[in-house]
Amino acid sequence: MFYKISRIFALTFLAVLIIIPVLVVVFGSFKTDLELMTKPLALPENWTLNNYRTLLDGGEIVTNFRNSSIVTLFSVLITLFISSLASFGIARVINVTGRVLFVLFSLGLAIPAATSIIGIYELFVRFNLTNTLHGLVVINVASTLPISIFILTAFFRQIPNELYESASIDGARPFRLYRSIALPLSKPSMAAVAIFLFVITWNDLLYPLLLITQADLKTLPLALLDYRGEYAINFSMIFTAVMVASVPMVVMYLSMQKTFVSGLTAGAVKG
Amino acid sequence: MSRTETGARKGASPRPKNKLARANDRVLILMTLPAVILYSLFYLYPTINNLRYSLTKWDGFGEPEFVGLNNFSRMLTDDTIFNKVLSNNIEFTFLVVIFQTAFSLLFAIFLLKNSRSATFLRTLYFFPTIISSVSVAMVWQFLYEPNLGPINVFLKSIGWDFLALNWLGSETVTLRAIAFTQVWFHVGQMMVVYIAGLQQIPAELYEAAEVDGATRWQQFKAVTWPMALPTTAVVMAYTTIQSFRAFDLVYSMTQGGPNNSSSILVTLIYLTAFNEFRFGYAATQSIFLVVFILAITALQRRILRTRY
Repeated sequence: MFYKISRIFALTFLAVLIIIPVLVVVFGSFKTDLELMTKPLALPENWTLNNYRTLLDGGEIVTNFRNSSIVTLFSVLITLFISSLASFGIARVINVTGRVLFVLFSLGLAIPAATSIIGIYELFVRFNLTNTLHGLVVINVASTLPISIFILTAFFRQIPNELYESASIDGARPFRLYRSIALPLSKPSMAAVAIFLFVITWNDLLYPLLLITQADLKTLPLALLDYRGEYAINFSMIFTAVMVASVPMVVMYLSMQKTFVSGLTAGAVKG
Repeated sequence: MSRTETGARKGASPRPKNKLARANDRVLILMTLPAVILYSLFYLYPTINNLRYSLTKWDGFGEPEFVGLNNFSRMLTDDTIFNKVLSNNIEFTFLVVIFQTAFSLLFAIFLLKNSRSATFLRTLYFFPTIISSVSVAMVWQFLYEPNLGPINVFLKSIGWDFLALNWLGSETVTLRAIAFTQVWFHVGQMMVVYIAGLQQIPAELYEAAEVDGATRWQQFKAVTWPMALPTTAVVMAYTTIQSFRAFDLVYSMTQGGPNNSSSILVTLIYLTAFNEFRFGYAATQSIFLVVFILAITALQRRILRTRY
């Protein structure tokens, strides 16, 4: 009895703790700032699209959205391709190199990205890669390789040898085995890694903050910080921008929940 | 089965026997090259470069000036801000790891059985994980707002004015308020990890315990907790690293303020380099952080492995 009551109490409490902020943001984006401040939880009295109109008229958010999309798309695709190639190599190679490389990449897992920002900044200034979207793609790829390789190598190691052997009789070489056996089998793992990469790249603040100062190259998280300054803590406008920035992830999450959950916990489970 | 390929199988033979196996190995290593090059050049090399920068006084633009180990001796003996931030970081990590682990385990137990409501709640609790730290920071900045923010308005309405604090503007509570947000942010993610772990526990163990008349608490102590220890080790290790990485959240919520009271090492490194233009010193702090994390991770592994 005590267990049941405390269970229901705890479950309700956390549910409320998550639903309320979500509603405040969703409703807030359709309210005036005054209404948001005085009645944060109430439904909007008049649903107004003024905030969205003001935001879109400014035009910057469209540019930010485009930048985020470009950077995320290219970062994810390139990381997936390069890391799956490398993971296959690491998982299949028979001499000691595989283990050495695996340890090399694992090093990148424990170390926070912030510890390399000074060197990255210096390098990117030297290569003229600051204030470019491709520079952002480069650092996203380099910094997400460790986790991707970590997850995919674990997966490729599980593929039974017999599957490769039957193909090897026909004389298939490593690259063919990668393309026609490993890749098709790894679709669920690749999807999980892809989602994981999507979320962390789309949401990342550190690298854009480090490398981008030009307004028309800013990504959404970086731009959100600007809006906060620009709208002088006008929370209904800020929440409107939060809505725009979150929509792609929310839509993807609701339509592909299983892949999302497995993707965002894969790093932890296998770590 | 072709003999040549048997040699290439992992563990099938202690050494590659023939040319084909070695040729295959060469191709396999070649396949790792793009990753190795990108990672080494753009990630590993900049990190290792900290060793070089840490011996200099450098503003990030001009010529670095060699100062030997000055940065290290100052950081370790004579820097009150660094000391403060280090102890902030230890407190932050401690709070986040304890509460995130405890609550994710609790909610995993509550939602272990598959039912429609359990599935819905799992989806809901996991939801914050997919939102950006910056967005989460904006939302909580509003909720924590001292005068009109919903939290304080609510506390005042039930007469608990003494609890209506200046959540993000006071030197005593801000770090804890951010730690709370961090737990809110990621508790659902770790709950899912726990659920996966708990579902591996054989049902017979619970049945046997029930036959013996064990209470829920006894079942937890005798079955759930010991059987979930490997998962706990994973959750704690991951949460620890996550708490050290909370740059985005802390930077967007307070930039480490007021008066560095909510700063953690990653934000300190950033601000030292890019607000104060002391790149050499920031590199020294980075080296400290790397060593510190590796030490904590090793220690954690040791404790969790040797004891259980």
